[in-house]
Amino acid sequence: MISTVPPALLFIVGAILVPFLKGKWKSAYLLMLPILGFINLLHIPEGTHWQLRFLDYLIILGRVDRLSLLFAYIFLLISFIALLYALHVKDDLQHVAGLVYAGSALGAVFAGDWFSFFIFWEMLTVASIFLIWARRTQAALGAGFRYLLIHAAGGLCLLAGILLHVAEKGSAEFGYIGLNGLASYLIFLGFGLNCAWPLLHVWLTDAYPAATITGTIFLSAFTTKTAVYALARAFPGTEALIWIGALMTAFPIFYAVIENDLRRVLSYSLINQVGFMVCGIGIGTHLSINGAVSHAFNDILFKALLFMSMGAVMYRTGKINGTALGGLYKTMPLTCVFCMVGAASISAFPLFSGFVSKSMVMDAAGEGHMTVIWFILLFASAGVFHHAGIKIPYFAFFSHDSGMRPKEAPLNMLLAMGITAFLCIFIGSYPWPLYSLLPYPDVGYNPYTAPHVLGQTQLLFFSALAFSLLILSGIYPAEQRCVNLDADWIYRMGGRLVYRLADRAFNGLNNVSEKVFVGGLAGALGRISRDGPARSLLLLLVPAWFLAGYRGQPLIEKEQSLRSTLRTGTAPVGVGAALATLLLIVVFLLM
Amino acid sequence: MKHTSHVHEEKEGQGRHPLHSESSAARSEHQAPDSRRYLFDNPKNVKRLLRGFFLSLLVLLLLEVFVYKHPHFAWEAWPEFYAVFGFVACVALVLAAKYILRPLVKRGEDYYD
Repeated sequence: MISTVPPALLFIVGAILVPFLKGKWKSAYLLMLPILGFINLLHIPEGTHWQLRFLDYLIILGRVDRLSLLFAYIFLLISFIALLYALHVKDDLQHVAGLVYAGSALGAVFAGDWFSFFIFWEMLTVASIFLIWARRTQAALGAGFRYLLIHAAGGLCLLAGILLHVAEKGSAEFGYIGLNGLASYLIFLGFGLNCAWPLLHVWLTDAYPAATITGTIFLSAFTTKTAVYALARAFPGTEALIWIGALMTAFPIFYAVIENDLRRVLSYSLINQVGFMVCGIGIGTHLSINGAVSHAFNDILFKALLFMSMGAVMYRTGKINGTALGGLYKTMPLTCVFCMVGAASISAFPLFSGFVSKSMVMDAAGEGHMTVIWFILLFASAGVFHHAGIKIPYFAFFSHDSGMRPKEAPLNMLLAMGITAFLCIFIGSYPWPLYSLLPYPDVGYNPYTAPHVLGQTQLLFFSALAFSLLILSGIYPAEQRCVNLDADWIYRMGGRLVYRLADRAFNGLNNVSEKVFVGGLAGALGRISRDGPARSLLLLLVPAWFLAGYRGQPLIEKEQSLRSTLRTGTAPVGVGAALATLLLIVVFLLM
Repeated sequence: MKHTSHVHEEKEGQGRHPLHSESSAARSEHQAPDSRRYLFDNPKNVKRLLRGFFLSLLVLLLLEVFVYKHPHFAWEAWPEFYAVFGFVACVALVLAAKYILRPLVKRGEDYYD
């Protein structure tokens, strides 16, 4: 028995060493970490490991079961692929951020209690943000800050939910909670934000296209899939998720059709694919949970493959807009082929990986006779082929010739894409090893039945026909350089509105206060405390002096001398005592 | 399959993604004039591809006769349901995106700047 360490620790501590290594050693070290992580993982038996006491609660760093193991396998696999893809990058910040990010995702899926889960959950945000900022452009900086603010809000919501939940239950164990009561709704919403639910999704389409070429590969894998894991753990069979998931599959494809930035198109299709998973978790049968989890596994691979191919295009040409690209198949044939494998996989062509997992969710919706949901999912299946399956390869590699003749992608990128493409085809053609790892291995699902294969192929080929006819007839919307408003408008423009309103309200308040208190009230108080005693005394003394026979100039002189003696505090003791008595009388009368 | 209707042609260096340090574009010589002919520069090949594609559509429609279906829903058993749905869904998707969504959400490229 080899002694093992928590998988998260290996990556997070391992990341610290990266800046101290150079050249080939660094490359070897980066690639070795996920392999070491895999060997380590193989030696951890199922069960609960690494338990610590914290106050009255039990902290569990290693809850190892079928669900967490499957996510851990794919996280390790994609870390290896993403690190290989990023091997040429000289920026240590990105390597360290990538490793810590992957480590946090591993930590979150193995966390058996709410507290350590929350810490890893927040580390996901903190680590990933550096993959956005590392682009070092003004746009990336802004997108990163928006990303940070949104996730901080979601994190606080989750924390509030966790604290309420733990206080209610008296135990910090992270398991099924279901929707009941405020605590569960707050947790639900916190998960939903990272899962990119409709209206909460815009951090994703805002930030992912702004991240670095290699950083996007990490980003596409971890945050949303960790959220999918968390939902599968805490909210399986929650009906709201069925509708949220169905909505997620449908609305992004409309945006994807008119979006010009091809990495943003992929970001929208990422939401669309996560929708299938969320829907599957909501349906909650063994088949649908298997479908959701295996689709998460496959999606990480094919989405990374698509992002990698677009990243390679961006790396070689410096451009990513559909309007600027085209005709690249001529000099980047391998990248083109890999991109098409990714496109076929996400579209769920038979023999490609999407086919063997997405259909489980569809089937589960059919078994439950959820007619509307089934139609939405079918529409989304046709739509995803349309925008991710055809649009991405077509506008980047074919379409009109941009005249660019870039070199083929660098070797490390080609290798990373090649491995991923192989896995997409392997899993698609021979899904049984993946099926044996699923949470419910006894479901016995077979995707390769004749009607399923034929139906899916018809669906996709006739979608392709629609695309071809629309392109040939010129109806297909031309790519345009523009911004398409999405829900982030609410805080991007709304933020300015709040700023302006706050400016008006608070600065106005400030001005009024200045006028009233500094200019007016303080002066008045000063005058009263300076002149008040003299005036009140004069009020009494002037009639007395008048009666005593003072008139004209002598009276004015007497008044002036009294004022000056009071102002300088040199009044005789008797006058002071008289004033004090007067004050006491006034106070007494007022009481 | 040439896509001809680009409204705004991209101008060099004006994109939202200017050449930046992580791109190798500056080093690669993709602007060199290129007189070679590639696969789809030959219209014959494009025609061949399209013909193969249409032929496979026909085969898919005919194959349906030989497949025994065991559907969840009644309409799944209708002849050519998936083919018709795929076609109609995609046309509807594109038309809705082009004529409804785009006019609603499209703004200038510097809208947020």
